[in-house]
Formats: sequence, structure tokens, C-alpha cells
Amino acid sequence: MKIILGNSHPQSLFAQRIEALSGQKLFACYQCGKCSSGCPMAESMDLLPNRVIREAQLNNGPVLMSCRAVWFCSSCFACAVRCPKGIDIARIMEAVRTIQMMDGKPITEQPSCEDTGTLPQIALVSHFRKFNV
Amino acid sequence: MPEGLRVGYFPGCTLKTDARDFESSALAVAGALGIEVAELSRWNCCGTVYSLDAVNLMPRLASVHNLIRAEEEGFSEIMTLCSMCYNTLKRTNNLFTSINSAVVADAPWRTAINDFLCLDPGYSGRVKIYHFLEFLREKIKPEQVKDLVVRPLDGLAVAPYYGCLLLRPKEIAIDDPEKPEILTPFLSALGAKVIDFPLNNECCGAYQTAMHPEAVARRACRIISSAQSEGADMIAVSCPLCHYNLSALQNATNSRQSGPKAMPIIYFTEIMARAMGLNYQTDAANMTPTSVPPGRCRASAWEAAK
Ligand code: SF4
Ligand code: SF4
Repeated sequence: MKIILGNSHPQSLFAQRIEALSGQKLFACYQCGKCSSGCPMAESMDLLPNRVIREAQLNNGPVLMSCRAVWFCSSCFACAVRCPKGIDIARIMEAVRTIQMMDGKPITEQPSCEDTGTLPQIALVSHFRKFNV
Repeated sequence: MPEGLRVGYFPGCTLKTDARDFESSALAVAGALGIEVAELSRWNCCGTVYSLDAVNLMPRLASVHNLIRAEEEGFSEIMTLCSMCYNTLKRTNNLFTSINSAVVADAPWRTAINDFLCLDPGYSGRVKIYHFLEFLREKIKPEQVKDLVVRPLDGLAVAPYYGCLLLRPKEIAIDDPEKPEILTPFLSALGAKVIDFPLNNECCGAYQTAMHPEAVARRACRIISSAQSEGADMIAVSCPLCHYNLSALQNATNSRQSGPKAMPIIYFTEIMARAMGLNYQTDAANMTPTSVPPGRCRASAWEAAK
């Protein structure tokens, strides 16, 4: 099967939204995997960061809408400083999170107040910020 | 002692609550080194995490407000202790300063933000943002620290842990993102043996501690084990969130059979203040859960002797 990648295709809605929200060039990624190999949260992710990008290139909406990995990204930018193509992957993870929220079905829930009693403000406020579209 | 070193200080929320020992020790150290630290008279939350959204204006405003306040109060340089505040303020500041640099995509925001905040004076982009560590490197010589040491650390093995927010992304890095060593000359000046360990620039899990504490506990376990296997007695941190994640989650990691031994997690300013014999207020008993079982490591002896 021949796969043609690009964001100009009328059906590449996801790719277009992700590029607009993240300001990043999705199609610059050539799947070297460097981002995933250095990602500290990779062991907890259902899709590795390079795979999230691949699914986005393929405009695979259903997979991205149910992807939990983006909620494990801690925005540490290890991937971004190492990507040989200069892609800020953390922004792409954020864009997928945002799209999940914009479409009204984030794949995760906020912790309850009871769970957060001992957390420092810095953890709470920054965490809640991630739920802010 | 250098004359006339004065810097504005943006504390941020956690320095006034969970990390009071960080603030008071840093202020004591700054005072001893002749640095006048002037807290901004008005400040608000920095916004905590720098927004990665390329289109939404709102998340940037909290930081810009602080930068305007700093400028209004006449500061050309401000300093933070919290790595997250540093990262957020500095990146926001870059929207206003580095129009020709890597963040060029963000440049149009400068006008948009200033238009939006039309009731405030516009922000010029002229305030320089420092993290305290960077401020020390630029303005203080390690020998000045050495001259003030009254209780040398006598070869205590201290592993500096830098985490993410001081090192990444590149445009705000205070040191080499892959091989940071900004703390080394200062810890050496205190008489410590500085331990380099491979995970010193790896993320602790950051705000994921609110939602995925198990995943963050695994990070803490890895980081502490790595420092321990290089022979560290304690880990020095510069961020209240790293401090929380590495220390509070030790209970979780220590309950694993294969986990590392308990390891004190201490702000670098506390290590400096103690070696310099300075008094600083600490709520350590309730605020910093770093209780170390007696005899577990040499650091506990040092703790007991303080
Ligand atoms: S490091 Fe960059 S180019 Fe390589 S897979 Fe990740 S995003 Fe793609
Ligand atoms: S920013 Fe997110 S995806 Fe990138 S290395 Fe860090 S945790 Fe992994």
C-alpha cells in the first residue's frame, strides 16, 4: 500500500490541527526514535513519543484521541533538545492533549481534592494548568 | 566582599510555603556574600508551567505581569530560587527579547500581549532573569564562598541534581544541558566531594506527581539509585518540585526490596548555609520529609551534628 504523507490533504485534519497548535513541523520527523530513547516517562507510556508523531503524520484520529501517553509527558524537553530535526516534541504532546480536551473527551481525569493534600503548590498549580485549554 | 550587588527577587508560591527552608537559607547565603536581595513588593504566580500552546495568549499573562512589576520597581535584574519560576519567567521574557533567535515563531506575541495589557505599561523586555545559581556563577567567585566556610564538609559526597528546568530548552539553559556542572565549584569550595552521576539532568517526573505518583516514584528510585551507586551521601537540588519528588516519594521507593537506601535531599543553599555556619529558619521537621534512619549514610552523621 502506498502511503502519502502531508498536511495539505483535505483529510489530514488532525495533522493540521496539531501543527497549528504546536507551531511544529510534524512532517520533518523521520522516525529516528531519539526522542523516545531518552524520554524519562517512556516506560509509563502506551505510545512512545515518536509513535505519537507517526500516528499524527498518518492522521490517525482515533488512536490520538485515546492516547494516554500524552498525559504522562512531563514537559522535560529532553526530546526537544535532542531531536536531530529540531522538533519540539513536548509541544506536539501538548497539542494532542489540548485536542483531546477541546473535543470534550480527555482520556484522563484530574485527581480528587483528597488525593492532593500533601502536594506542594508548584505541583498542583502546574498540573491543573495542563487541564487548561 | 563585592560592593553594591543588588538584585530583585521573585519568590513564587512554593518558596513561601513548602520550601521556606530553601528561601531562608538562600537569603542567609546571599546576605553573607554581600548580595542585597530585594523581594518585589507586588508579585503573582509565575504561571508555573510555560505554555506550549502556539496560539493561546492567556497562559503567558501571569509572567508578563511580574515582568512589568519588576520594571516598574526599577529592577534591571531579578532572581528566582525556584527552577520552574525561572523557566517560565525566562521563556516569557524571551518572547520580548529574542525576536531573531530560535523562538522567532513567538515574536508577534510581543505586540499582542502589550496591546492586551493596555492598562499596564507595556513590557520592554529589558529585565534580565537569573536563577540564583546562575547569579552566583556570574557575580561571585568560589573563593569568596571558601573564605566564609567555618564548617568544611570534609569530603562529604554531594551529588548535584539539576533536573530539567534550568537546562532545557536550550535558549534558557544556565549550563550545558547534557553535562551540567554549575554547582561543582561552589560545592568544592565548601570542601565537599562532588559526585557526577548520569541521571543528574533527567526529569524527576515534575507535575506528574499529582496524577501519576507511581510513575514519579519510579523516576525517584532510578535517580537516587544512580547517585548512590556513584557513592553519593546526599543529593543537592535547586527546585522545590524536584525536592518533593525525590524526598516525599522515598517512602514509596524504600518499600521496594530492591530500592535504594534512604538519601537526604537538600537544597544547595542549605548545604552552603550550614557549611558557612549561618542560621536560617527551617520548618524541615514537617516540610521536608527527608528523615534518614541513623547510620544509613555519612550524611546522617553530619545532619545529627548540626
Ligand atoms: S527525535 Fe525528532 S526526528 Fe527523531 S523520531 Fe523523535 S521527533 Fe522524529
Ligand atoms: S518532554 Fe515529554 S515526551 Fe519529551 S522526553 Fe520529556 S516526558 Fe518524554
